[in-house]
Amino acid sequence: MHVVLVLVLVAVGSVLFHFLSPWWWTPIASNWQYIDDTIIITFWITGVVFVAVLLFMAYCIWRFRHREGHKAAFEPENRRLETGLTVITGLGVAAMLAPGLFVWNHFITVPPDASAIEIVGQQWQWSFRLPGEDGKLGRTSVERIADDNPLGLDRNDPAGRDDVVLQGEDLHLPIGKPIKVVLRSTDVLHDFYVPEFRAKMDILPGSSTYFWLTPTRTGTFDILCAELCGTGHPYMRGSVVVEEQVAYDAWLDGQQRRMIAQQDETKRQKGEVRAQQ
Amino acid sequence: MVDVPLGAAGVPPAEVEDVELYHPKSWLTHYVFSQDAKIIAVQYSVTALSIGLVALMLSWLMRLQLAFPGALSFIDADAYYQLITMHGMMMVVYVLTALFLGGFGNYLIPLMLGARDMVFPYANMLSFWFYLLAVVVLFASFAVPGGPTGAGWTLYPPQAITAGTPGLAWGIIMMLVSLMIFIIGFTMGGLNYVVTVLQGRTRGMTLMRMPLTVWGIFTASVMALLAFPALFVGCVMMLFDRLLGTSFFMPEIIEQGARLPYGGGSPILFQHLFWFFGHPEVYIVALPAFGIVSDLISVHARRNIFGYRMMVWAIVAIGALSFVVWAHHMYVSGMNPYFGFFFATTTLIIAIPTAIKVYNWVLTLWRGDIHLTVPMLFALAFIVTFVNGGLTGLFLGNVVVDVPLSDTMFVVAHFHMVMGVAPILVIFGAMYHWYPKATGRLLSVPLGRFHFWVTFLGAYLIFFPMHYLGLMGVPRRYYEMGETAIYPQSAHDLNIFITVMALLVGAAQLVFVFNLIWSLRHGREAGGNPWRACSLEWQTPVTPPPHGNFGKELPVVYRWAYDYNVPGAPEDFIPQNQPPLAGEMAGRTP
Amino acid sequence: MTIVLAFLAILIGIAAWWLSTQRIMSKPWLEIGVIDEPPAARPLPTAKIGLGVFLAVAGVLFALSISAYSMRLQAADWWPLPVPRLLWINTGLLILASAALEWTKAQSRHANLDGVRFGLIGAGIFTLAFVIGQLVVWRELVGEGYFLASNPANAFFYLMTGLHGLHVLGGLVALSRVTFRAFAADGARGDKIPGERGRLRLGIELCAIYWHFLLVVWLVLFALIAGWAGDFFEICRQVLS
Repeated sequence: MHVVLVLVLVAVGSVLFHFLSPWWWTPIASNWQYIDDTIIITFWITGVVFVAVLLFMAYCIWRFRHREGHKAAFEPENRRLETGLTVITGLGVAAMLAPGLFVWNHFITVPPDASAIEIVGQQWQWSFRLPGEDGKLGRTSVERIADDNPLGLDRNDPAGRDDVVLQGEDLHLPIGKPIKVVLRSTDVLHDFYVPEFRAKMDILPGSSTYFWLTPTRTGTFDILCAELCGTGHPYMRGSVVVEEQVAYDAWLDGQQRRMIAQQDETKRQKGEVRAQQ
Repeated sequence: MVDVPLGAAGVPPAEVEDVELYHPKSWLTHYVFSQDAKIIAVQYSVTALSIGLVALMLSWLMRLQLAFPGALSFIDADAYYQLITMHGMMMVVYVLTALFLGGFGNYLIPLMLGARDMVFPYANMLSFWFYLLAVVVLFASFAVPGGPTGAGWTLYPPQAITAGTPGLAWGIIMMLVSLMIFIIGFTMGGLNYVVTVLQGRTRGMTLMRMPLTVWGIFTASVMALLAFPALFVGCVMMLFDRLLGTSFFMPEIIEQGARLPYGGGSPILFQHLFWFFGHPEVYIVALPAFGIVSDLISVHARRNIFGYRMMVWAIVAIGALSFVVWAHHMYVSGMNPYFGFFFATTTLIIAIPTAIKVYNWVLTLWRGDIHLTVPMLFALAFIVTFVNGGLTGLFLGNVVVDVPLSDTMFVVAHFHMVMGVAPILVIFGAMYHWYPKATGRLLSVPLGRFHFWVTFLGAYLIFFPMHYLGLMGVPRRYYEMGETAIYPQSAHDLNIFITVMALLVGAAQLVFVFNLIWSLRHGREAGGNPWRACSLEWQTPVTPPPHGNFGKELPVVYRWAYDYNVPGAPEDFIPQNQPPLAGEMAGRTP
Repeated sequence: MTIVLAFLAILIGIAAWWLSTQRIMSKPWLEIGVIDEPPAARPLPTAKIGLGVFLAVAGVLFALSISAYSMRLQAADWWPLPVPRLLWINTGLLILASAALEWTKAQSRHANLDGVRFGLIGAGIFTLAFVIGQLVVWRELVGEGYFLASNPANAFFYLMTGLHGLHVLGGLVALSRVTFRAFAADGARGDKIPGERGRLRLGIELCAIYWHFLLVVWLVLFALIAGWAGDFFEICRQVLS
């Protein structure tokens, strides 16, 4: 009767593993506690079903094992039992689906006061664009991408004049403010994934996607790419720093000044080139 | 409500069209270019199992790299992505699909239905040779410059056909061509499986008397016929994009600083086409497994399958529903987010017929007379792994829960459990079960038990903890897990543990291969019906059955395939071709 | 993907209707004995069922291409092709081929072997002319600068006419086999061997069904290419949204 023993061990062992193993999700750092809650509900419902099915199987195998003279029952079906089980299953499914759809609705509805930032995936690095004081991101297009314009900004768009572009630097976010993350790629699929935020979304070349979140915990978090994007996929890393509003404002101010200085520098160089010609 | 004429006296001869049998004239047409479905089945199975072994070895290399990053110098990132791509594509299409439909379908459909052969034997033979050609093209991509493609088995554009992905020069082209050949070959085989069920059933074999194995393979074949065209269209369009410069899937792209001559295409369009095939594909693998495992449990628990009608309806319902759930693979793909509501609902609804099937398997054990034979052990292990993998599917199918879990190791663990481990356990069980019919000898039981315990427990230990890596935030398709603040050192140890288990489980498969070969000569003589089963394949006059399956006359079917332990019957099983016995109706309460 | 789903819904409807005639609500464990299926249970020859299933598969293939077309159509870079006048003539040729096979079918029912031979040759010539006509259209378009890669509308035009053309070529192979059989059959002897004549008649019927299918597919594709279907999609989109 090894089988009975093993089935019980698998059921009990899986539950113990679930509660005792050191591998669990990282502490959350965004408003998506709802998602974690939905996962917990799902764990409970599915866990109960898993253990129940395994233990019942173990019982059957032990109780109805083959012995001399033992005969199986002839019972082709039992409509009441089957209907009952179907209804219970339906209820269990509904108990998982209802909160899931409710939270999904929340997930795809961006609050009106969310400020937009742009994240651009390229093989194999992250770039970020923050709106300046006007709070608006300028237009971009792939045609305009050049060495001195890696994200393809439209320089004629006034909304884009004060945009802050970050390449190879950390992204900073203020705590407690809803943020709409607009995602764009210039080459292949990517996926902006910060495990602490829970939320993530694929990035498509040729169109933009979005999700939103409100950071709720300060700290520095790793950015990973979660959609295969070629050989460098596992090395497409970055960092996002969530900080208090004051620190954030100071950082943004510094970045803006750097942008202006950079633009002046570019203009001056261009002027020099023209003068030489 | 018995409105069926009882009794067998004076029945006119069967009015089923007799299939014209092709009579082999030489060794070559007997064993190589055979049109006998059973030989074709063996050809399919041996080829698929060999590819399975190769794909298994590829997974060893991947696991070694994950456990000991950089230890094997010949696995660089390019090679790693080529390994995962080839492993995935081989296993899903060239092993599982081919083995269940081409292998078991060919062997079991005619035998179980009391037919002499498939209805179009010539197309059936061509089907295998197309399959073999597809395999050759696939393997040839290991030899071309640049090696096979490393785009992942989903082959998502744009990266499948842009720089930064290995196999850009030749590999991706060979992969697409190989898939197209496979699909053409499969269509020829699939027509056979479907039309044989429609037209080839012997007298008295009504649909509701077919064993669930046939129901599963039949429904899966219908689904495959309707789903594979989506992959075909996707492959053709991607070939056009790659070779002729069209922009079906390719938007404006800056590839390493240079603008590519593409524009306006939609990567999402490919994903829709791919998953329109890809999701039914999951059930194309699962439904035959469902059917086979139902029969294994019923035979070895000596009890009629519980709720046969529900089982049939569930198979048909799953088959139909599986065509409207495909976009649950795309919740975070950037498609219209409102689709999420629809697809989450359909996906979770499909859990209900699936759950009914699980209940009915377990309820077949209940009040049974359980013989723990090797096939039964595998069937029980299938239930465990399938329930586990199916339940984690409820996480991923529930749209918002999928958001943090998608593209992590949780997904890898889930689909390996539910469409890797579970169906493969059924394949093993089925091999132990039907090997005696195909060869006349039983497989060795001690070797079988060893194979079972290592495979089942090992596979569970590989994939159960893997879910938790994903929950922790380890993305899938990473050449190495790498260092981040959120991965504790113990996660690396877990990776090593998983690799060790994978090597063990893989090694145990060599025992199975040895058993298959050794028992051909040294296995115990099985006789015609070693498991005392009811279905028609066990009632052939000669074992292994010759070309034509049954003797001069086709069997006539008088009952369903699950008459085990009928009260009042002299034995604990009544074969399907047994005319009514005196007094057997008494124990059958309506 | 709505189009392919609609097509699948039709197929599922047919399957459901068929299943409903198969007594799937019965309780098989209570029905011991011979069940003689009603004569209508398997009324059609196996080859015809086989062709029917194949047409469902080919239908899905074309429905998927059209689905992809309708999704790609919405992109901004779509410039519709002009409709070459030759396409009208080609359409006429395909209609003639289809009609010729229908006529041949009638001839085979009347056991008029000469008529059958004549009809088969005629259908073959019309079909071949259609294929050549399509190739000429391709050449014309390329000559006018409508290259495959220059616009998605062109790409879809070549892709879909190509897929359709391949199906026509496959049909021609089958048609030529039937034609050979018709010429091999001896009129006088044919009456004595019903099996051979039956095969010929079945072959003609199968070809006729396949040609009608090819014609319908072509008419739908033509409607797409000519742009009438664009309005249809627009209406659908407005109804849906």
